[in-house]
Amino acid sequence: MIQYWQENSTRMINLTIQHAQMVLTSLLIALVIATILIAIFLRKKNWLNLLIYIFSLLYSVPSYAFFALLIPVTGLGETSAIIVLAFYSEYVLLRTFITGIRNINTNYLEVAKGVGMTNTQVFTRVQLPLALPAIFSGLQVALASTMAIATIASTISAGGLGDLLFEGLQTGRVVPILWGTILTVALTLICIIILKLLENIMISDWWEVEKTGR
Amino acid sequence: MTNEIIKFNHVKKNFGKNEVIPDITFSINQGEFVTVLGSSGSGKTTTLKMINGLEQPTTGEIVVNGKDLKNTNLVDLRRHIGYVVQSIGLFPHMTIAQNIAITPKLLGWKQEKISSRVGELLEMVGLHNADFAKRYPAQLSGGQQQRVGVARALATNPPIMLFDEPFSALDAITRQKLQVEVKKLHQQLKEKTFFFVTHDINEALYLGDRVMVMNRGKIEQFASAQEVVNHPASEYVKNLIDTVRTNQKLWEGLK
Repeated sequence: MIQYWQENSTRMINLTIQHAQMVLTSLLIALVIATILIAIFLRKKNWLNLLIYIFSLLYSVPSYAFFALLIPVTGLGETSAIIVLAFYSEYVLLRTFITGIRNINTNYLEVAKGVGMTNTQVFTRVQLPLALPAIFSGLQVALASTMAIATIASTISAGGLGDLLFEGLQTGRVVPILWGTILTVALTLICIIILKLLENIMISDWWEVEKTGR
Repeated sequence: MTNEIIKFNHVKKNFGKNEVIPDITFSINQGEFVTVLGSSGSGKTTTLKMINGLEQPTTGEIVVNGKDLKNTNLVDLRRHIGYVVQSIGLFPHMTIAQNIAITPKLLGWKQEKISSRVGELLEMVGLHNADFAKRYPAQLSGGQQQRVGVARALATNPPIMLFDEPFSALDAITRQKLQVEVKKLHQQLKEKTFFFVTHDINEALYLGDRVMVMNRGKIEQFASAQEVVNHPASEYVKNLIDTVRTNQKLWEGLK
């Protein structure tokens, strides 16, 4: 194990960084798209439900097939991988966002209108901040699952930690597989911790107060 | 002629096939304290929400502050009408100061003007202690939250204040204290019109210059408290007043 690390450390670090870039970029894209979609369709309930339905179907497409299908369109490499990963996160994010927004007590929305907010202001100043806890838990789920799915991106030569896994598979060695797994899990953990820190900063004190009641 | 600030002219409101308000007509003068008394489903809250455009009438005409609501920008209208609601009214993700500052911010006031106004309002509602401003609503008692609700509604110094059963979730002692304060506030702030919806008959009779008794979407009586008590206009009003008398008997018996 250690010998393998000594021989390949630079490459492994590069692969980890590549992996992280792929996952975080796709997550960011998915986050932006989810916010825009919800902002547009929030007041059209049936459209939103249809949207979730479509994304849930996409989610059930095997990731391997999805990667393969995109090759003729966007070619081999990172771009295809990021698109696929973004699609997978999209479903998780949409689902949790919408649940978060729908769970907000409707009294708040009426009061928001009552004190003179426009529909857009109700969305940005009340619905979005109140849904933040749900949004963050959605991000965490999406993060963990895309981290794992991203290893398959190696098959369309997008790089990432999947390279180590497939190297192990092809050469029949366990060590690279173990390293690939450990690094994926470690990277996921680090990202989740960063996400938690971000959550603490953004939600500030009110969520804490709300949970403890004092 | 006195200045009519709120006017309903043959207003009818349906929710789907459900006729909530068949036909009401009334007017309120500037500076009046009007209480609306009715049980749940009487249409009192719907009536209140039609004043600030949260509900729109199916037919009929509503004039608020000289403007026909049909041709008025409702968002702008609401920024100039105070709105106090039952318990869940303050936004949990904003501090007390931020809650009070919402409408001034929407109107684009300068930061210093907002801060000084927030301080002034907290003082007015008896929460001048400096650290209240930075707390979150969940850290306040129910009574304190309602005080903040009143302060927020007063923020832009609106000519009309709407109260939708603001004290119904409070304990009896806090409620009475706040009733006294709201009445005092109305006397202090001359020329402000208060429209106060409640199902508590004592609250309605105590606070209102005039009391509007509603039942099943109709106005049973709209007169001074004295008039309502001494000359009930309908069977329903009479029964309502009788409940108080029955309670009084209970009190006498217990003494």
